[in-house]
Amino acid sequence: MELFPALLRKNDRQPVRYLVVDDSVFARKNLARIIESYGGVLAAEAGDGCTAIKEYDRTGADIVLMDITMPQMEGIEAAERIVRQHPDARVIMVSSVGYQENIVAALQKGARHFVQKPVKPELLYEVIKYVLGDAAVTAPLPQPGV
Amino acid sequence: MRMELIQPFINAADAVLSETLACPVAVSDISMDEEAYQRRATAVQIEITGDIEGRVIFDVEDGAAMKVACTISGSPELDHDPQIIRETVAELANLVIGNAVTTLNDQGFRFKVHPPIAHAAEHGFHGSEDTEALVMDFASTSGSVVMNVAMRYNRRRRADAVKH
Repeated sequence: MELFPALLRKNDRQPVRYLVVDDSVFARKNLARIIESYGGVLAAEAGDGCTAIKEYDRTGADIVLMDITMPQMEGIEAAERIVRQHPDARVIMVSSVGYQENIVAALQKGARHFVQKPVKPELLYEVIKYVLGDAAVTAPLPQPGV
Repeated sequence: MRMELIQPFINAADAVLSETLACPVAVSDISMDEEAYQRRATAVQIEITGDIEGRVIFDVEDGAAMKVACTISGSPELDHDPQIIRETVAELANLVIGNAVTTLNDQGFRFKVHPPIAHAAEHGFHGSEDTEALVMDFASTSGSVVMNVAMRYNRRRRADAVKH
């Protein structure tokens, strides 16, 4: 898999920490593998909106990657609740259901961006970089043989 | 069953399967089905409610599911694993339905997509006059994927919309 210049937190130069929320274990594993290629670490994962809220409270992850269609509590409601409690939370919706109404609803509830599945790693990388803004810096890729 | 409700699912399946199977995909068979659904391999069902309502079943052969799993995960090879196959079929269904309902929503329809449910029974979901199912068999070198779509307008919701 393609490697990307590592995204680091600007304040302490530590890897960006992610909370991955999706009811599909397969999708979570796939996202975990992608964020690893960005030099990130998985702070926690959740399979529904309720667990996502608890895991965000516990970890305060730098980025939340949130699916929409999930059992118990859907992603847009979970995003709203997280942002209400933590206005600085950076939630990116990642869903196959990419119609405008959903995107607008998610953004109105506090999500910072929307990425449609299937996830293209290069696109998600740019979105995460944009959402992190000044809070992140990139470290160059290690040179082969160095 | 109206073709304008079905076409977005066909287009989405064709696009998503071509990408995730990473090989040419051809429709090898199309039929209408009013009988109980008979599961062939690993199947999931997604229900849709709202202006349009119904359900879509995806039934995927193991070889095709493993190929999709490899493509999505970026792994050249994965060990055959029933859990991975179930997860992959659910994710594949999510991808196709998500793309299809995006098109339908852009046409003005409002609805809710429910999470995929594993369809373990051999039989189920009789068709009816309004919800006869279109069955499409997508063939590839990795195996076949069957999409069974039963979709109809929600008359009450549409009548309400006309009143207002």
